[in-house]
Amino acid sequence: MQDQLDHLSRSVTAGKMTRREFMGKAAALGVSAVVAGNLYSTAADAAGPVRGGLLKVGRGGGGSTDTLDPATVASELPITNVTTFGERLVETSAEGTIDPRIAESVESSADAKTWTFKIRKGVEFHNGKTVTAEDVLRTMERHSNEDSKSGALGLLRGIESMKADGDNFIVNLATGNADLPYLLSDYHLVIQPDGGFDSPAAGIGAGAYEVVADEPGVRHQFKKFANYWDDNRGFADEVETIVLNDATARTAALQSGQVHMIDRVEPKIAKLLDRAPNLHVKNVAGPGHYVFVMHVDTAPFNENELRLALKYAINRQEMVDKILRGYGGLGNDMPINAAYPLFDDSIPQRTYDVAKAAEHYKKSGHDGSPIILRVADGAFPGAVDAAALFQQSAQAAGIPLEIKREPNDGYWSEVWNAQPFCASYWSGRPVQDQMYSTAYLSSADWNDTRWKRESFDAQILAARAEVDPAKRKEIYSQLGRTLRDEGGVICPMFNDFVDAISDKVGGYAVDPNSPLMNNAAQIKCWLKA
Amino acid sequence: MHPVIALVAQRFVLGLLLLFAASALIFAGTMILPGDVAQSILGQSATPEALENMRRELGLNEPALQRYFSWLFNALQGDLGTALTNGRDIAESISKRLGNTLFLAFWAALISVPLAIFLGLLAVRYKDRWPDKLISAVTLASISIPEFLIGYVLMFFISVRLGWFPSVAMVNDSMSILERLNAIALPVTVLTLVVLAHMMRMTRAAILNVMQSAYIETAELKGLSSFKVIYRHAFPNAIAPIVNVVMLNLAYLVVGVVVIEVVFVYPGMGQYLVDHVSKRDVPVVQACGLIFAAVYIGLNMLADIISILANPRLRHPK
Repeated sequence: MQDQLDHLSRSVTAGKMTRREFMGKAAALGVSAVVAGNLYSTAADAAGPVRGGLLKVGRGGGGSTDTLDPATVASELPITNVTTFGERLVETSAEGTIDPRIAESVESSADAKTWTFKIRKGVEFHNGKTVTAEDVLRTMERHSNEDSKSGALGLLRGIESMKADGDNFIVNLATGNADLPYLLSDYHLVIQPDGGFDSPAAGIGAGAYEVVADEPGVRHQFKKFANYWDDNRGFADEVETIVLNDATARTAALQSGQVHMIDRVEPKIAKLLDRAPNLHVKNVAGPGHYVFVMHVDTAPFNENELRLALKYAINRQEMVDKILRGYGGLGNDMPINAAYPLFDDSIPQRTYDVAKAAEHYKKSGHDGSPIILRVADGAFPGAVDAAALFQQSAQAAGIPLEIKREPNDGYWSEVWNAQPFCASYWSGRPVQDQMYSTAYLSSADWNDTRWKRESFDAQILAARAEVDPAKRKEIYSQLGRTLRDEGGVICPMFNDFVDAISDKVGGYAVDPNSPLMNNAAQIKCWLKA
Repeated sequence: MHPVIALVAQRFVLGLLLLFAASALIFAGTMILPGDVAQSILGQSATPEALENMRRELGLNEPALQRYFSWLFNALQGDLGTALTNGRDIAESISKRLGNTLFLAFWAALISVPLAIFLGLLAVRYKDRWPDKLISAVTLASISIPEFLIGYVLMFFISVRLGWFPSVAMVNDSMSILERLNAIALPVTVLTLVVLAHMMRMTRAAILNVMQSAYIETAELKGLSSFKVIYRHAFPNAIAPIVNVVMLNLAYLVVGVVVIEVVFVYPGMGQYLVDHVSKRDVPVVQACGLIFAAVYIGLNMLADIISILANPRLRHPK
């Protein structure tokens, strides 16, 4: 098969084959869309990267309140900035493996309790200092000590002790975790000189670009760091990230050539936009999912029959078609899909079934009073419409849903994780363990379904320490099935990331982790000559 | 003391009191909003420890009244403090944003005010004939269409289709004045269309009102051309209501253009304020609120003073 793929790739490089033909033929060889898409890009870009120029990225999620402190970034544009000037210990690759960055190699003990990261030699910060194991240690300390206000604090809880030993950074865990490198690939954990204790928001890292102008909510300008260690990144001389929160402004800026790439193309215009000349719309299936969450410890949702009734009463296909306009995949009432490694695709897909919904509803003994579902479009784009569809499809099964519209402002602090039944969004995590540990462990802060079961916790921990992939996959399959049949999460759909890039851009590859190549398109792509 | 000076002094003191009241109201308003700055920054990824650490660091655990008075005390000494969200100096950030806002408002006013008054005069001159009807129809149509829609339509035809002007009106320090004017061409056009009708209609109505007076008839009888009658005799007497409307629109151009800022990605005060309100960054909201209130109060005061100066009976009281 490899020979045939090589042949196909050569045809693309020679300009004899279009993307559509290539994808079709690759699919016939049994290659997944992510891999085939990237093979095509590699082949099409075989002419090689071009250096120089000013690459402009237009993104949503920026505001004049943004900071360059990696500990408190939370939305797309600030994450993009942090990724542009910073370098992490390791990264999660598009294929779901670990890419060593500042760590040259990663090793663990047999029980996955002790991890050794060997620090790469000759990596330099923008202030001229060399990156040492001590800087790595101090960075991790800043994100996990008792004064930490970092968004990564929750991820680093399992760490018992850390130390810097010569060129090695060593982590000891309380319980084994085969996925520790994935946790350390979190976007907050950018290595800073002395951990960034002195000036966390100075924007000094070891990444491909130095910060030139920092105008929060407007734009950020970067120039290539002359002593950057990796020749395979940072092709443009300069990078500019521009805050374009308004969807129409974003598409207009790309169409009129003022930016080279944008994220969050609205599904309803994606097909039209793709027809416009000089640009391409790229949709990538990812782990992010739109959900309705029920607190399983609060009446009436403490009754599993009612939870099942609601799960059968939602029309997933209709939601993917109408809310995502086809740019997404079906959910199966568990937070995991094929974007994750070790996914069990034999778990049956739940479908809309009025008879079963009515039957479970009857068995639940619910008194027929309206069940209040709280939504806001801030939960996920189209949440209010999705709730209306849910209300209609539940009505058909005789289940009364009442939609209560909440303000976007304050939704994450007042409604989500506070009210018993509401709409929410999960951006997904690189591995299954992280997703389950973040939201379905008894002790998790973000357990937004109040799902607390000792046996479930024990399985999560067992899978985490398990080093045999086959056994791990089996445990994860059981976890998924349990949540699907008993959990408090109703997951109708997984959303695609929809990016759009100008045809002047080379090097774009599909990355299911986050939009625009895991927020790193600006350092991995180049401007064609 | 001259009564005009006394009046100005009185208005000034009243304005200061109003500003003080506005700051108290804004503070109370931001306190009523659900959530605080720590929750807004950390969002979905907040943990109780991280929230507590951030609140402690930002001094949010102190009583609200104490925070208000310490802010007021510093503000009276000219220290607006730093933003809670990103620790930037507020005075410095605001001065840049305010400069941008005033730049946009200045050019929009420079085009729209003379144009509106001229069109108003023209409409009076050709009252009830086709130029009057055409001017009214076009300006009323442009004020009736939501401003973001005009923005999107212009963006589609002028920047995406024709490529004449950029759709992103981003200005920064490294741009020359011509580059800046090129960048703000579209937002200035939209703002002009939005404010034109109000001022033009008021000019027309005020002058028509004066045109009924006996001295206009006299002017006509002594053989002056109709346009001269309007601008020499009618316009000076109609100036008070016109100035009032012009000032209201100028105030709108400074404090009310957040929609245009968002559509054209213009780095002005409106977007800056909205970002900080949504993050509950109280000191910044206070500072912006004070500036907006001061602009409103100041322009209204100016309108009153001009009306007084334009009216000989008020200028020379017995």
